[in-house]
Amino acid sequence: MTDVKVIKTAAETTLANAFAEARARLPGDDAIAAQREAAFELFAKEGLPHRRIEEWKYTDLRALMREAKPLAGAPDAAARERAKTAGALLGDVETRRLVFVDGVFVAELSDLSGLERGLQIGSLAAALAEGDPTVLGHLGKLAPARDVAVALNTAFMGDGAVIRIGAGATIERPLHLLFVASQKPAATFARSLVVAAPGARAMIIEGYEGPAGSEYQVNSALEMVVGDRAHVDLVKIITEGADALHVSTLAAAVAANARFNAFTFTLGGAVIRNQMFLNFDGEDTVAGIRGATLLKDRQHADTTLFANHIAAGCQSREVFKAVLDDDAHGVFQGRIVVRRGAQKTDAKMMTRALLLSERAEADNKPELEIFADDVQCGHGATAGALDEELKFYLMARGIPAAEAEGLLIQAFLGEAIDGIEHAGLREALMERVAAWLKARG
Amino acid sequence: MPAVQETVEQVRRIDVEQYKYGFETLIESEKAPKGLSEDTIRFISAKKNEPEWMLAWRLDAYRRWLTMREPKWAKVEYGPIDYQNIYYYAAPKKKEEPKSLDDIDPEILRTYEKLGIPLREQEALLGIQKSGAAGDDEGAEAPKGENGYGRVAVDAVFDSVSVATTFKAELAKAGVLFMPISEAVHKHPELVKKYLGTVVPISDNFFATLNSAVFSDGSFVYVPPGVRCPMELSTYFRINERNTGQFERTLIIADRGSYVSYLEGCTAPVRDENQLHAAVVELVALDDAEIKYSTIQNWYPGDAAGRGGVYNFVTKRGDCRGRNSKISWTQLETGSAITWKYPSCILRGDNSRGEFYSIAISNGYQQVDSGTKMLHLGKNTTSRIISKGIAAGHSNNTYRGLVTAHRRATGARNFTNCDSLLIGEQCGAHTVPYIEAKNSKAVFEHEATTSKISEEMLFYCMQRGLSEEEATALVVNGFVKDVLQQLPMEFAVEAQKLISVSLEGSVG
Repeated sequence: MTDVKVIKTAAETTLANAFAEARARLPGDDAIAAQREAAFELFAKEGLPHRRIEEWKYTDLRALMREAKPLAGAPDAAARERAKTAGALLGDVETRRLVFVDGVFVAELSDLSGLERGLQIGSLAAALAEGDPTVLGHLGKLAPARDVAVALNTAFMGDGAVIRIGAGATIERPLHLLFVASQKPAATFARSLVVAAPGARAMIIEGYEGPAGSEYQVNSALEMVVGDRAHVDLVKIITEGADALHVSTLAAAVAANARFNAFTFTLGGAVIRNQMFLNFDGEDTVAGIRGATLLKDRQHADTTLFANHIAAGCQSREVFKAVLDDDAHGVFQGRIVVRRGAQKTDAKMMTRALLLSERAEADNKPELEIFADDVQCGHGATAGALDEELKFYLMARGIPAAEAEGLLIQAFLGEAIDGIEHAGLREALMERVAAWLKARG
Repeated sequence: MPAVQETVEQVRRIDVEQYKYGFETLIESEKAPKGLSEDTIRFISAKKNEPEWMLAWRLDAYRRWLTMREPKWAKVEYGPIDYQNIYYYAAPKKKEEPKSLDDIDPEILRTYEKLGIPLREQEALLGIQKSGAAGDDEGAEAPKGENGYGRVAVDAVFDSVSVATTFKAELAKAGVLFMPISEAVHKHPELVKKYLGTVVPISDNFFATLNSAVFSDGSFVYVPPGVRCPMELSTYFRINERNTGQFERTLIIADRGSYVSYLEGCTAPVRDENQLHAAVVELVALDDAEIKYSTIQNWYPGDAAGRGGVYNFVTKRGDCRGRNSKISWTQLETGSAITWKYPSCILRGDNSRGEFYSIAISNGYQQVDSGTKMLHLGKNTTSRIISKGIAAGHSNNTYRGLVTAHRRATGARNFTNCDSLLIGEQCGAHTVPYIEAKNSKAVFEHEATTSKISEEMLFYCMQRGLSEEEATALVVNGFVKDVLQQLPMEFAVEAQKLISVSLEGSVG
């Protein structure tokens, strides 16, 4: 059978034109330019991922992304002004804030004063312009080149954060990377890099937000190196505007005896795809990968996790909870791979979906791929409505139905949120959950 | 925790090199010309003296097949299959239609004897004694008394044709139709026309479509309303000829309120080439009917270096078409170089129930990609999946399953448990479940560890003085028994070897 000629969708054509037009002015030297070209070539060949691509089975980007928005360009004064009020969700959690408007680093809104010893913060645009050897050495090494979303990010990456934490340095204040979208319906491609040297300790909060009513598109990627004995916590908060399309990728390499926690809070956006590629390269690492998702209306959110156990003796715990109301569609795909030789791996994955409406849909695909015989691996998955008996129990004690449901939902999500090693942040997120429940009525 | 020694021994005993059904029967046979074309299909159809509608059906399938591609999504690897280098039809030469078992080539009878499948009805009396003894020894293990007397009616399929079907007369007394499907096409065309291809449509998938075009024989069962089939029905498949593919087709219909238990076994001689087996099994259960389908799959698995072995690409699907119907699949998979098999249930009728019990053991270079699909369409439908995969040697063992609840499927429930165990460092065990809930009133639970035993059960046992370990062992044992008890008594001996495979040290 002959191959059918691939017909480009409108979005694919727009992206191709955008790349042809922008390639010359995107930052970086020849090597970076070649990396962009190769990445775009992959996209040109594969097109937007669709349901026939196993990894995108439940999130058909070709159908969900009818058109590609133009590149955002530099934010105007009004957008910068509005960005000042962003990040309210964190309340009084003290952080060092780094603000990106439409994917561009805005120094005057960011807090760069009195950096702790061992902490270096810069922008990707500057690093690419200068040809920073560390950045060039790491960029594109962790994020899987064959993933089309990553390829698009690599092709178009303009700016982002570059954070270096020196050996043994402990950064007390969480670093808050706040990505704010402006009113214009545009596309942004931020790419960030975090390198935590051996023994470093830090918490990084990655926040995404933007206005409702604008169909902006975010494709963001973060590559992270966690050195030997380092301890890094990453909390991603996705509260995009109601009409936004958000695709973000985390690619991390975790070295020996390191601790790594990643938590994703998924709440806002029309279409959300959050993908994580984690390599446990060094022995005896301990990782906690968790997430809480709250969706309503016609929201679609997909969490895709690939935990690759390469070295022996690593432990990973994955807990993902989703609460789905109205016509929402929640997707969880989690794959634990234990490579040959990764003996004594201890990996457990749990994914649970709570369906609050008749029309909500939950798709779960927890996979195990095991090539070592002395390991402990397991996964569990459940989907269903609220337990009526539990609700009855609470109501029998005089708690009104709506409140009883709220309590149960909070307890359900709490199991995942409790994994965050920061009390203030836990509270802020639980408050946001309470507000979501209140709005539900 | 690595596998315990006892388990390792058990698995070694059924290693690929120990394959004991690898002999060949030297017998003259008649074949269709090698390769696949419309002519081959006309040849097969003519050999079976089929009516025009059957040939048209086959040709339709063949034309669709030409437009299809071989599926590549399973976790199995094999070189390209040359579909033109296979004989699609091979039948033992016979002088004339056999009137009774005495007319059947004694070589064939001997083959089945060697395989432990007595075709002579009097020999089946052994079955009576056997089950009687078992009943005395261990009452709990005895077959459900009401469903038979330990006798099994056998349809023996040798390469492309059915060579004998036993107990036909007695079954006919109960109104049960049990015959080769090629015979049913002539004798009961209305039933065949009504049901064939309704569960696995012509263009379902690449291998099923190929089967629809070239299927040669297989069993046909019809159990009339309200009849409990008086004995177990069984088909024993044997590939004998070199370079032949076997494409059997089985169709079982349980009419309203009926019950049937069906067993299937299969073996093949040792060959250094790969032989293709692409079967289709369709089950239809109408209102209040129940079908129990058990398989012991023991095709030649290839040698220790991975040469040869049967490629087993099978489409098995049951349709719980009626209210309160039930279909249960039990499989014990030890053979084949490649297994690609997903016995599924379409739970269409309200309150219908689907079950899937599987033990898959792979050794040598075997590759198993097997599992099930439970499609909940009707209200209050329930399903249960218990799968145990054991991988040893250089083999790969994958569980792949889909559980889905349709918008209408209010009150659907599924429980899935799949465990796997690795023995050695060169094998792989994988779990790929798809769980799709489109209805908030559906409850799906999936777990893939042995440690995840109900806390309540453990508590209950421990409250009565058992240690946690003892309680766990008790619960796990009870649980394994659950799977093995699904196998009919007649297969108990073969299953026995596998029963003792311990679940200790298993991983998700």
